[in-house]
Amino acid sequence: MRAGLVSAEQSAWTPRFWVGFAIALLVLGGVIPVLNLAVAHDSPVAVPDYLVPLLGKYVCYAILALSLDLVWGYAGILSLGHGAFFALGGYCMGMYLMRQIGTRGVYGNPLLPDFMVFLNWKELPWFWWGFDHFAYAVAMIVLVPGVFAFVFGWLAFRSRVTGVYLSIITQAMTYALWLAFFRNDMGFGGNNGLTDYKDILGWDVHLAETRLGLYLASVAGLGIGFLVCRFITVSKLGRVLLALRDAESRVRFLGYSTTNAKLFVFTVSAVLAGIAGALYVPQVGIINPSEFSPGNSIEIAIWVSVGGRGTLTGAMIGAVLVNLAKTWLTGAVPEIWLFFLGGLFVLTTLVFPHGIVGILRNLPWPRPRRVAPTKTPVPVQEPVAIRKRA
Amino acid sequence: MSPATIRATGDVLLYLNGVTVSFDGFKALNDLSLVVEEGELRTIIGPNGAGKTTMMDVVTGKTRPDTGEVFFRGNEDLTRLDESAIANLGIGRKFQRPTVFENLTVLENLELALAGTRGTWRTLLAKLTPERRERIEATLSRIGLTEHSDKPAGALSHGQKQWLEIGMLLIHDRQLLLLDEPVAGMTDRETEATAELILDLARDRTIVVVEHDMAFVRSLGAKVTVLHEGSVLAEGSIEHVQNNLRVIEVYLGR
Repeated sequence: MRAGLVSAEQSAWTPRFWVGFAIALLVLGGVIPVLNLAVAHDSPVAVPDYLVPLLGKYVCYAILALSLDLVWGYAGILSLGHGAFFALGGYCMGMYLMRQIGTRGVYGNPLLPDFMVFLNWKELPWFWWGFDHFAYAVAMIVLVPGVFAFVFGWLAFRSRVTGVYLSIITQAMTYALWLAFFRNDMGFGGNNGLTDYKDILGWDVHLAETRLGLYLASVAGLGIGFLVCRFITVSKLGRVLLALRDAESRVRFLGYSTTNAKLFVFTVSAVLAGIAGALYVPQVGIINPSEFSPGNSIEIAIWVSVGGRGTLTGAMIGAVLVNLAKTWLTGAVPEIWLFFLGGLFVLTTLVFPHGIVGILRNLPWPRPRRVAPTKTPVPVQEPVAIRKRA
Repeated sequence: MSPATIRATGDVLLYLNGVTVSFDGFKALNDLSLVVEEGELRTIIGPNGAGKTTMMDVVTGKTRPDTGEVFFRGNEDLTRLDESAIANLGIGRKFQRPTVFENLTVLENLELALAGTRGTWRTLLAKLTPERRERIEATLSRIGLTEHSDKPAGALSHGQKQWLEIGMLLIHDRQLLLLDEPVAGMTDRETEATAELILDLARDRTIVVVEHDMAFVRSLGAKVTVLHEGSVLAEGSIEHVQNNLRVIEVYLGR
């Protein structure tokens, strides 16, 4: 029975896991760049330049899906406002990129972004200060979604708002931000958002090399994000989260603060979503209030449930596959897309509750490691107290 | 005795003073006062709606009383603390329905219950040390679930779940255990074994058992408190209580 007492931490970080992780990283971070740079452009396997930012976008969505799965799949917090954290991180990056434009804007103002000149603003609002420094912008990318989620989560979890009520207030949160960011007075470019970027860290954002670099940064972000999520979910805290997902009050009576556990994981998740947004913005070239739209956040939940919630790989796979389908369908038959998305959600909920990963797991794979040692029925053992009498 | 003198006594572990809880005008607890001494095994009986479970909810912090005080170990006012803080003071609770974590294995259930690391940051970095592992193994064999340690708790039989839950209380090392109908749904044999385990546990901790099953209460042979309409109707040995006319009238006589 010794083997049975191997903890989840030990069984999670096996050599086998690291090999798989390295292979995945190599394919995403090594093979794609080679196919882009070293293969002749007319080769059937070549990755043309225009595809690189598209792939980078999918990788960012995969990070976003990971972040939602961490709170929804493992802690049972169905946040329908994760698009807001993504957008907040994206706006922080957008503000940095706007400040890099300098005098190259349409109005040539060295300090103010074009939209502020257009609105006849005379000075830079205080919340734009510092964003010309990359390090400051990076700090804000982490802090703004993190602090926002911490305060929001503290208020919600302390008041024990759970389940569908929590989902509703997260929707309300992203909706409120959506409306707020539409206003020109907010100082974030209103309806048009922030766009017309020139360069990032001195590199022209339109160059193929820069785009490949951004793609690789996104892959690195996905790798690190995945490891962080895995570290949390296989730790004892991960088991506390699973336990509170199923029976929260019972966890409290064991002496754990479920409020703190949820707050921790919600904040980590929001930071991860913010980083995804920050990586996304320079690759798509724009951030505007539509990223806050409530529908966007619901879509993230669909990616996760299609892939298989409660499994980190499932979340990433779901994000990529659903977005591939979206790219293809919105191009080929745009009027079908929303029906397809809705149908997909209904189908996974009713027929495949564990998503793609669940389907894959149920296939008859040869499983050398999982040969059940308890195939022969174990006789029901009686507690010691009974056996003492006999 | 005035509250002050009771609180000063070293032997009193749990003291409820004038606790009232009402839900929409219905008084679930009505000026309830109760003293449980250190090391005592106490059974609490009463008809449905007498306030037994509400009493446990108040002690464990699930419900805040409208009025009244609850003291643990003389000076800890439980009405000011939340569930996890109260649990960490050393009060454990077993629910009426077996509530184990169905998606975790038997082993993981015990690991979560094991005394020690409770802070969020420390749980994130916690390691299963050999001593802790040994304690889990010892508990597994004591509750007879060694063979099932890798099974999800959801796959256990009803009786096994009850045992796992008692194992979780055992491994947490509580000073005071509150057991809400521990033998509900058990077979006669399992009930008998549970009574023995409780008597065994009661040797080094204080236990309060809420129960309906009179045969079980009799087999524990402990002091009995009868609750009725949210306050204490009678208290004493089982014989004393069973001969009390008012008790017969409201509960046993029916």
